[in-house]
Order: sequence, then C-alpha cells, then structure tokens
Amino acid sequence: MGLATPAEAAILRRGEGADPRLFERVNQNLQDKGFFVTHLERLVNWARAGSMWPMTFGLACCAVEMMHAAASRYDMDRLGLVFRPSPRQSDVMIVAGTLCNKMAPPLRKVYDQMAEPRYVISMGSCANGGGYYHYSYSVVRGCDRIIPVDVYVPGCPPTAEALVYGILVLQRKIQRTGTLER
Amino acid sequence: MAIATLAERAETLSELLDEIAPALADVLLDSRIERGELTLRVHTPTVARVLTYLRDEPNCQFKMLVDLCAVDFPEREQRFEVVYHLLSLKYNQRIRVKVQTDEATPVPSVTEVFGAANWYEREAWDLYGVYFSDHPDLRRLLTDYGFEGHPLRKDFPQTGYVEVRYDDEQKRVVYERVSLRQDWRSFDFLSPWEGGGLLPGDEKAQGAAD
Repeated sequence: MGLATPAEAAILRRGEGADPRLFERVNQNLQDKGFFVTHLERLVNWARAGSMWPMTFGLACCAVEMMHAAASRYDMDRLGLVFRPSPRQSDVMIVAGTLCNKMAPPLRKVYDQMAEPRYVISMGSCANGGGYYHYSYSVVRGCDRIIPVDVYVPGCPPTAEALVYGILVLQRKIQRTGTLER
Repeated sequence: MAIATLAERAETLSELLDEIAPALADVLLDSRIERGELTLRVHTPTVARVLTYLRDEPNCQFKMLVDLCAVDFPEREQRFEVVYHLLSLKYNQRIRVKVQTDEATPVPSVTEVFGAANWYEREAWDLYGVYFSDHPDLRRLLTDYGFEGHPLRKDFPQTGYVEVRYDDEQKRVVYERVSLRQDWRSFDFLSPWEGGGLLPGDEKAQGAAD
C-alpha cells in the first residue's frame, strides 16, 4: 500500500496479485512514518480477494478435485478460501460438475441467495459447455446459461492445480475490476 | 478358499436348476446356463410367485434383490425385457430372472416380495415406460419434473426435446425447444473396435513390419 513508485502503483492497478514485497513495504512505511496511504477501493479489493469464501457446490467428479484443492496438499485455506455450507455466507460459487436440467433451478436459487458481490467459477468441461454430455437430453449445455460465470477452468476433470490457478485468476480479476459500488 | 471355475459354478447351478425346475414347471419358459450364470425366463404374470419361491425355498434362499432393470428391443413384438438379479447370501449363488412385456402390458410389481424393488421399478418406469401394476407409488424417479417421454427407449432422441435457460426478464429458468449449433457427430468409424480397420497413422507401422 504506501505506494512509492509509479511502477509499483502500476502493478497493483494491473491487478497482478499480491506483490511479494507488499508486506515488507507496508511494514517499512509503518515503521518509518507510522502510517501508509492507499486507495480505499484497493484496500477493499485486496481484502475481498484475500478472503473468498466458496459455496460448496460439488455436482460430480470435479468435486473430488475440488476437495483435493481444499485438502492439505494444495490447501486453499492459505488463500483465504474456506468452504461454507450456506450461500448467505459465500462470496464465490464453484460449480464443480455436470449441471442437469433438474438441478438448474436450484443452482439459480442458490446463486440468487448469495450476497453481492458474488463470483462464479465454472469448473470442468461439463459446467463450461456440457462437455461429454453436450448432446444429452438431461444436461444443461454450460452453466453460463443459468448464471453469469467469471472464470472458466477447463479440464475433465481439471487438476487441483488448475482449480487453484482459476482461483488466483479470479483474485486478479477482483483486484482489477472490483468496485465499492453495487 | 479357491475361487470356483466356470465349469464348477455351472455344475452347482445345474444342480440348483434341477431342484427348482419341477416346482416352477408351469411358468418356466426357458432356462440356460451361460458363462457360469443361470438365467430363467418365466411368464410375466407369475413373476412375483417365482421370486417368492426363490426367496423362501430352503435350498435357494435368494434373499437379496441386487438389481432390477429393463432392456429395450424395439424389433421384438414384446419389446421390453425386465431383468431381476438375485443373490443368495447363504449359498453364495446368483440367479437371473427375465420376463417380457410391451408398452401396454403391466408387469406385476414385486415390492411386496422385495422392498428394494420399489425404486428400481420406479426407475424402470421412468426410463423405459414399463408399467408395474400394484406398485404403491409409481412416480418418476430420475428425470426432471414434468419430463415427457421415456429417455432410455431406443426411439427416444438422444438430445431430447427441451433445454433450459435462465430468463432475465421472467427471473426464472425456462424450458425451450432444443436447438443445437452443431449436430452430433459419431467418430466410431475411426475406432478399430468398431471394425473401422486402421487408425490414421498406423498404416506406417504396418508397412514397417512387412
């Protein structure tokens, strides 16, 4: 935050994620001056990107990879992601798996119950565009027909790394485009 | 304990068949032992009686209904076949019972004999449209609410008739006639398992071997 050089400001404006020297600089500013200066919006975006609580929405095998991403090896907790069982407490929904016609209205209902600002990660081929079940009589051809999607993670299923990368991409998107306005 | 070979299993099953065949003689259409598995074909209206017999007979004790499913053969006059798989835990044996039916003829429900049949019969009704008479609650089980048709019938189109979309003006999920950007394409002719011969590129390996 206490942004000294234009180059550093540009890094945050481009939203390239947390700068590794960020805390060092904030610390230095606090020690030298006793304060640091930043935009409120950037501070809020930084906080939002640092604690995205996902709605648990595992629909199929992708959910297993989502669990891997949440478990100790990739440990999504360290990115501030804590799975919530309730849409009211969630900021981001990870649609992990095949979305069936029968499940489409409940998905929309859960999405509508989430508080703003809310984000959606579509995980895997089936959620992205129907995938293997594109020509099936019972599957929605992409969950973006039901809810707006921010990040598409390709794969069948995507690896846990791919999902973590998708989360990092969403963090960048929030830092780049997030606003205080509703 | 050594695992029984196919021949050994076939032998014990033929002994079993010899024991049960007289009691079911009036309803048994056909019986065969293939790959160490015993299959009985019986008259459709008597299936509950047959399953009760197989469950309660001391030498059979087929107390577990492992599976109940339907098969569609559109070219046959009696197009549906309903298949019951039973397991005897006591004798470690399995048996398969088949009956035939068509769209209109009901199959007697066996929920009274095996409680497990309840949802299996709902599933068969849902996906194939096989009607089970005297079923306590024969509703659809798997397909969408208000779904029309029976999707596992061979004459049901693969992509169905409707698709869903969220309508921003009506603020709800709406159903529309299915419209595809690109038709389904089958690439099975490329597969060597489907009799397509060589895969592209393999002809070089064959040339090198010659």
